[in-house]
Amino acid sequence: MSVVEVGEAITRAHHEEWARVVAALARRFGDLDIAEEAAAEAFATAVERWPADGVPPNPGAWLTTTATRKAIDRIRRENKRDDKHREAHMVYDDGPPEPVGAIDDERLRLIFTCCHPALAMQTRVALTLRMVGGLTVAEIARAFLVQEATMGQRITRAKAKIKAARIPYRVPSAEDLPARVAGVLAVLFLVFNEGYLATGPDTDPLRHELTAEAIRLTRLIRALLPTDGEVAGLLALMLLTEARRTARVSASGELVTLDEQDRGAWDAALVAEGHQLVRERLAAAAAGVAPGRYQILAAINAVHTGARDVRDTDWSQVVALYNQLVRLDPSPIIALNRAIAVAELDGPEVALAAVDRLEDTLAGYHAYHATRADLLRRLGRSQDSRAAYDKAIELAGNTAETAYLTRRRDQLR
Amino acid sequence: MQYLVSVIDDTAGLATPDEQAAIDVFNDRLKAEGHWVFAGGLGAPATATVIDNRGDVAVFTDGPFIESKEYLAGFWIIEAADLDVALKLAAEGSRACNRRVEVRPFL
Repeated sequence: MSVVEVGEAITRAHHEEWARVVAALARRFGDLDIAEEAAAEAFATAVERWPADGVPPNPGAWLTTTATRKAIDRIRRENKRDDKHREAHMVYDDGPPEPVGAIDDERLRLIFTCCHPALAMQTRVALTLRMVGGLTVAEIARAFLVQEATMGQRITRAKAKIKAARIPYRVPSAEDLPARVAGVLAVLFLVFNEGYLATGPDTDPLRHELTAEAIRLTRLIRALLPTDGEVAGLLALMLLTEARRTARVSASGELVTLDEQDRGAWDAALVAEGHQLVRERLAAAAAGVAPGRYQILAAINAVHTGARDVRDTDWSQVVALYNQLVRLDPSPIIALNRAIAVAELDGPEVALAAVDRLEDTLAGYHAYHATRADLLRRLGRSQDSRAAYDKAIELAGNTAETAYLTRRRDQLR
Repeated sequence: MQYLVSVIDDTAGLATPDEQAAIDVFNDRLKAEGHWVFAGGLGAPATATVIDNRGDVAVFTDGPFIESKEYLAGFWIIEAADLDVALKLAAEGSRACNRRVEVRPFL
């Protein structure tokens, strides 16, 4: 086997086995810290040994065995240092598994622990990327533009809290499951969105490594919870959004809005997979299962990606879906997005009236001003439009978006 | 595993009769289900005295050790298998006493 092939095997094993190794060790030793460190050591050993010894026939088993040995070594060392018997700190629920799906996977316990509501949202994101995603602390720090030491501390503190406060290592009871799954999906959606519309003047506008990781983890959750409609909905939403990634920023680094995108540049395979998931959820909805917000958002994206040309977009369908979404989530941001669709169906004047009603809550949000600017432009109110563009540019954090808004403003007469 | 459930208050008022009745019901449940360790309400922060006997003589100071709008009004110590159980109980405690609560594990 060539060096390149061994390298590929290690990368593949890291993607496929990291979470499994951490989860298996967390279960066995009742300690996330030990599990994480031993998993990292096992992969380091693989990097050292596989090129010489060859890739073992079952990489996952090899890594788990190696990591287990490393963990036992560490526990022996620590026991020698302080004679106290090491307690298992993490609570492992050995009762019969809740009927959560076809598989009761160790990784599911790990995900629910990392996304526990007693941890701060930022912490859940970091911990999930580290423990489940296998990203290094340095990679996570870079992704969220914080110092590596700061990110390291955040993760260390989280592990200490899990241990000291006894955050359990288990799949929540059926009664708590929907709320807890929603919490996990919120973490993954946040990772995806940060990759899709990265903030900060010095960062790339699109961060493929974050969107790719979010999709990979959502696929994993989908495999673990195949009957959950919102998991399918979020995966579809991510796929249909990711499909447009390359068309979304121009060669000069400017945001390209949906109506101006080269639809031929969309990733047809991702669109097809997303549409398949949406069809599956539509069938469930037809059978009486009320869709959640991710499923509705995915359906909206399916309407957009189903139109070969922007003029073929079924705007009445889009508005109908937004109406459904507003009933579920009456947040001003949803209302703003609904107004954008209303502009296509009922004209910019009707839309502007709806947008203006959101001023109290959205005055500090760049998209509110960008939407107003566009509607005012279409109504021929150049001066008001220019002022709105100025405000939007001032508030926008994404470099590609700032470039787009600036050009649109400068095109005003 | 034991947890301290602190009751956070920012009003001068004691529990109303309705709140007291709800707290009693909650306490009975804690006892019946084996979660009860101890609980109590505390006097106002103004009744506190701080003692420092780290030096040669003990120094007594009137008032709480920290001045803030919010203060500890009372607490429960509960027995719970893990944080999920403790959080559920604390949520019910918050509802019963009609105040915010904080959960912290004992070491």
